[in-house]
Amino acid sequence: MNISRRKFLKGGVVAAGTIAATAVPKTLKASESNTDETLVTLIDISKCIGCEACVEGCKDVNSGKYPKPKKPFPKMYPNRVPVMDWSDKQDVNDRLTPYNWVYIQSADVEVAGEEKELFIPRRCMHCKNPPCVKLCPWGAARQQDNGISRFDPDLCMGGSKCKGVCPWKIPERQTGVGIYLDVMPALAGNGVMFKCDRCYNRIAKGEMPACIEECPNDVQKIGKASDIIKEAKEIAKKTGGYLYGLEENGGTNTIYISPVPFEELNSKIEKGKGKPHFKKVGDAMENGNNIALAMIVAPLAGIAAAFGKFYKGMKADGGSDE
Amino acid sequence: MNNKFMKYYYNIVIFFLILTGFGQMPIFKRFYIADIPGLGWLAEFYKTFFIHNLAATLLIVFIFYLLTTFLLNKKRVKLTMTGIVWVASLTGLLLTGILLTIKNFPINPYPPGFVVFLYLSHIALVMAFCMTALYSKILKKEYIIK
Ligand code: SF4
Ligand code: SF4
Ligand code: SF4
Repeated sequence: MNISRRKFLKGGVVAAGTIAATAVPKTLKASESNTDETLVTLIDISKCIGCEACVEGCKDVNSGKYPKPKKPFPKMYPNRVPVMDWSDKQDVNDRLTPYNWVYIQSADVEVAGEEKELFIPRRCMHCKNPPCVKLCPWGAARQQDNGISRFDPDLCMGGSKCKGVCPWKIPERQTGVGIYLDVMPALAGNGVMFKCDRCYNRIAKGEMPACIEECPNDVQKIGKASDIIKEAKEIAKKTGGYLYGLEENGGTNTIYISPVPFEELNSKIEKGKGKPHFKKVGDAMENGNNIALAMIVAPLAGIAAAFGKFYKGMKADGGSDE
Repeated sequence: MNNKFMKYYYNIVIFFLILTGFGQMPIFKRFYIADIPGLGWLAEFYKTFFIHNLAATLLIVFIFYLLTTFLLNKKRVKLTMTGIVWVASLTGLLLTGILLTIKNFPINPYPPGFVVFLYLSHIALVMAFCMTALYSKILKKEYIIK
C-alpha cells in the first residue's frame, strides 16, 4: 500500500477516530504504570486501517533514542563482518530497522465470504521469557518487572545474538555506535541493536505508548496481564476470532486477535528481513532450561555415586577379610 | 569410578564447558571457526546453551562425588597455592554460573546491573581458571601437596 493512500485513509477516519478515542483513556491507570505489574497489549487486527499513525507516532517520540553513528566506520575484521548502516535510510517504514520500530504488514484475505485487506502493526512481542534478554552475553539487554524488554545502548556491543535467538528476528543493528568503538572495534562488536522498547519511559510516567495513543481506531489496548488476557479470550469467543502471542515462545506480552487463522495470515503477508512471520513458535528457552533443572539433583547424584563406590569398596574389603 | 575414568570425565566436561562458554558470545561464526566441517553447531546458540547447561550439571555431579569421597574416606588434603586458585576460580564459576542459570527461567530476580556484574565475573573467573590450568600443566605444578 502506498503512502498517499495511507495518509488518505488516516485523514478519513480522524473524525470518527477522535470520537472513538475519547472513550479510551489515554493515560495508564496508576496501578498499570506501577512497574511491578506485567503489562500486556491486545492488538485487534480487524480494526486496523493501515494509516500508519502508530508508525509516525513511534518515530516522533522515540527519535531521540535513535542511533547517531560516527562515520567513517572503523574497519572490522575479518571481512565477512557486515556493516549495517540505516542512517541514510531513516525514512524506510515498510520493515523494521534501527530507525523504525513498528511497521504495518498487509494481507489480502477472505472474511465471511468477502475479500478484505487486513493491516497488522508489527513490532517486538515482548516475550514473557525473552531469549534476546536472557541469552545476551553481557547483560546489555534487560527485562523490566512490568515485562518490557529493552537494550541498553551504552552496553550493547551489536553482536546480534539477540536477533539470532529471537523467534521473530526483531532486533536490528546499526554499525558505528556504542561501546564497541571504545574497546576493540576491529575485532569485537559491530554497533548497537534497536527495537521497540514499549515506550518504557512514557509508561513510567503513566503515559501511553505513542503507537497506542496515536491510533485513530483504538487497535491496541494495554493493561494488566490478567485483564487483557481475559478480554482477548472473550473477544475471540464472541467473534470467532483467532489469537496469537498467548502461547507463542512460551507466552508473550502481546496478543493479536485476527478474524482469519494465523496460518492463513502468515501465508499472505510479506516475510523476510525485518518482516516477521506469524508462524507457530515453541518455547525457545525450554530445552536449555529443562536440562538446567537437572542441576538441582546433580549434587544428590554425585553423593549417591560416592556412597555407592564407598560401600562397594567396604564390601570388597570385608570379603577379603573372611 | 576409577581415577583414570575420573580424569577423562573431568577433562571432557571442562573442555565442553569452555568451548560452549565461549560459544555464548557471537565469535565462532565471525572468526570462521563454525565454518570448519563438524563445528557448525558452535554458532548455534540454542545448542551451545543446552550443552553448556548439560556439562555444568555433569561437573556438579563430579564435584559432589569428589567431596563426598574425601569425606567418607576421611582424607585430608592440603592445597598448593595453584590448587587454592583452582578451587577458588572453580567455586566462583559455579556460583556465578548458577546465579546466571536462575535468571534464564521466566523470572526477573536481580536488580539491573547485577547480571552485567555476573557475566563479567564469570568471564574473569574462566580466564583465571584457564591460566591456572595452563600454568599447572606447563610448569608441572600440582594442585595438592602429596
Ligand atoms: S520478540 Fe524477539 S526481540 Fe522481542 S522480546 Fe521476544 S525475543 Fe526479544
Ligand atoms: S510501544 Fe513505543 S517504541 Fe514500541 S512500537 Fe509503540 S511507539 Fe514504538
Ligand atoms: S494500528 Fe492504528 S495507527 Fe497503526 S496503522 Fe493501524 S489504525 Fe493506523
